[in-house]
Order: sequence, then C-alpha cells, then structure tokens
Amino acid sequence: MPDLAHSPPGAPPQILLKQVVKRFGKTQVIDHLDLSIPQGQKVALIGPSGSGKSTVLRLIKGLESYQQGSIEVAGSPVPGLRSGWRWPWSKKPPVVHRVGMVFQQFNLFPHLTVQENITEAPLRVLKLTQEEAEERAYEYLGLVGLVHKAAAYPGQLSGGQQQRVAIARALAMRPQVMLFDEVTSALDPELVGEVLAVIRSIAHAQRTTLLLVTHEMNFAEEIADRVLFMEAGKILADGSAQEILVDPDNERTRRFLNRVERR
Amino acid sequence: MNFDYAFAWSILPDLLQGLLVTLQVVVLGFLMAVIVGLVLAIAQRSKRPWLHRLSSGYLSFFRHTPLMVQLYVLFFAFPLIGITVPAISTGVIGLGLYYGAYIAEAYRGAIESVPAGQWEAARALDFDTATTWRRIILPQALKPMLPVLGNYLIGMFKETPLLAVITIPELFQAAKQIAGMTYRYNEPYTVMALMFLAISLPTSLFFKFLERRSHA
Repeated sequence: MPDLAHSPPGAPPQILLKQVVKRFGKTQVIDHLDLSIPQGQKVALIGPSGSGKSTVLRLIKGLESYQQGSIEVAGSPVPGLRSGWRWPWSKKPPVVHRVGMVFQQFNLFPHLTVQENITEAPLRVLKLTQEEAEERAYEYLGLVGLVHKAAAYPGQLSGGQQQRVAIARALAMRPQVMLFDEVTSALDPELVGEVLAVIRSIAHAQRTTLLLVTHEMNFAEEIADRVLFMEAGKILADGSAQEILVDPDNERTRRFLNRVERR
Repeated sequence: MNFDYAFAWSILPDLLQGLLVTLQVVVLGFLMAVIVGLVLAIAQRSKRPWLHRLSSGYLSFFRHTPLMVQLYVLFFAFPLIGITVPAISTGVIGLGLYYGAYIAEAYRGAIESVPAGQWEAARALDFDTATTWRRIILPQALKPMLPVLGNYLIGMFKETPLLAVITIPELFQAAKQIAGMTYRYNEPYTVMALMFLAISLPTSLFFKFLERRSHA
C-alpha cells in the first residue's frame, strides 16, 4: 500500500477533514467531505474545474470559512477564515506555521526583491535574525536554482521563475505540509517543465506532506502516492496513481480522463 | 499705483511670521488628515455594521458641509458646551478632520487596487494582520497615492486664508492687518501672493518628481 509508505503504524493523520461542508451563498461547493492524509504522503487532487479541488486546499490553509465539520492539521484544529474583521493592529496570528501554499498566480510581493520575498515571513513570523533568514533564503533559492536572481524584483522574472521563487518562499517557513494549487496553469507551456522539476525534487527529497491540485496527469502519475478524483464537492475515487489514472474502475473518472487526454 | 520696495521690505518680517503660522497649521493638519483618512479607510472595510455606519456618517457629514461652517462650529459653538481649544489647534483639527474625509476615499481606492492575491499570500505565510497591513498592503497602496496626497496638501495650503475667520494669525490675516493699518494694499497683498506661490509651486514640482520616480 503506497499510501502508508511514510507513516508509522498508528500515527495520527497529518491532515484530517471530517464531514466538511462549505457553501458560497446557496451553492454547496464541498459536500460532507472526509479526507485523511498521513504524514509524508504525496497526494494529487484531480477533477473537472469547479469540483472543489482548490477549495479543499484553501480550507486546509485556513483561507476559507466552512459551515460544518472539522479540519485538523497535525492534530490542531484549523478554524477557517473568520468572517469577522479585526483591527489592523491586532496581533493575533491566524494559524500555526505548518502549512505552506503556492498559488496559480504566484502572488509574489511586487515591491520586495526576490530575497526579501523569501526572508519576510521567517523574519516577521518566525522571528529569525536577518542573518538566519538570509541563509534560509539562499538555501531555498539554491534548491529552485535562482540564487543569481536574489536582488531582482518579481516583475523582472519570467512566470516560471516567479513560481519557483514562490515555492522557495513557502519552503523557507519549513512547513510540514505543502499545498500546490494549479501552480503551472498560468504558465506558458515551455515554462511548465522547470516548475514541475522543482516540485519533483521536493517530492523526492523532503518528508513534507504534499497535496497538489493539477491538470498534468502524467506528472500526477509520476510523483503521487495517491490520487483523489473529485467532482461536485465529493471525492469519487481514491487510490494509487495506477488505480485511478491508469486503470480506473469508476465510470466518472474514466470519462474525465478520456476528456483530458483528448485535448 | 506704485510699488514701494522699501515698504515691502519693511513688512516682510510680519508676513513671514504669518507664513510660518500657515505652514505650521498645514503641516500638522495634513499629518492629522493622513492619519484620520487611514483610520476611516480601514473602518470602511470593516464588516462590523456599527463601525461601517459610523465612518460612513463621518464621511458624509464632513464632505457635505463647507469647511468654513465646520470651523465656525468648532471654534464658536463648541466652547458653549465647554470645549475650548486654542485657535491654532482648532485650525489644525478643522483641516485634519475635513481633509481626512477626502483622503479616506483616496486610501480606499488605493487599498482596493491591491490584488486579493496579496492578502492571501500574506495569510498563507501566517503574517498577522498588523504585519500584513504594514509590510505588504500599505507599501503597495501608498505608492500610487503620492500624487493624490500632494494635490490635497497643496489644496489645503491654498485654503488656509479661511482660517482668518477663526482669528488664526496666518499669512492672509497678517497681510490684511498690515493693509488695514497702513492703508497700503499693493505691497502686502502682492508679497502675500508671491509667498503662496513660492511654497505651492515647488511643492507641486516635488510631488511630480516623486510620481515620475515611482513610475520608473
């Protein structure tokens, strides 16, 4: 069973969603979802657009509110985005620093250099010294192969380079869980490879739990221990890459894969 | 009509004194307006209904009544209910409250122009709210605001003659007094006009320079 490969028997799951319901107004986008992911597992989340894949990631990161159920990361509850409002000088940190997230649109801070983009959170959130933070920045810039761009601003980089910086920025917080939300969808086709290469090296080298929403089926098959097929806010199929992608026994999954492959 | 340079020279110290008061009120009033505006803009984003309504009420009142009326209320009506503030402070407060209501709108637009992805990225990195505003949102919002703030600063400077009505000895008041005592209008008013120009023109050029630099 590949999905248990990294987890000692009896260990609590790293990510645990129980009967989670999320609505936007009257539309139910997540429908009583249960999901348990052991530490170190590499999970790919596939499915048609609008099926709720990205919402699952955003819920785990605490970027969304939810109406029912519970979400836990490493045993602590993720409260969900407060719909209320706080004074801008309130000091309460939102969630613990266990989950890193990379977005489709990179979301780098355009007014900061590449290096500052990476050091900002270790400095302000983890309270590292400038030296420690810079050391980390160079470590992860090395990992994504962009040490020579440390002094550049995001606007001076290609999309692929920006996304690699965004990955380094998330990794510099040393998260236990990394979420990748369609990170290659906004890239020109010739830039996709360099970003996937970086994710591949993370998947192989790190004990980090990895959850990625992707439309790159070959890539999912290559790196994922486990593949989830989602539709209409539910997980319809859950198994190894072989079971889901190569030899699906679920009719909906088969139809979805046929459609994707025909493109 | 002749222009007496010796007389103009002799009234210069009095006018400079007035100019100094004007600048003091404008600088302090502007600082206050910038802070009031920021607080209002943040309150306008609030999801708490009472806070939102309070700030909307404020904006509505200060934008829909004349500055001179507000100054009269502050200076002449408030002492009747026991609130007495020196004239210069009243001027600072008056300008700060009035322009704060306008600057709030500029802040609002600038804050809204920062993409939602920036908030999410900050949240994904576990920044607290204060750090998100200070390090991520405001630096991006303030840059395009500079020229707008410059316009308000100069606008405020040009409105200061209004402060004469609440007895502040600013530049306009000083010039009027000299004219009233000497019955010479040419020199004090001309020098006053040149002084206004000497301040607002370089300020305007300075903000143009900042704007051009931030676009580079």
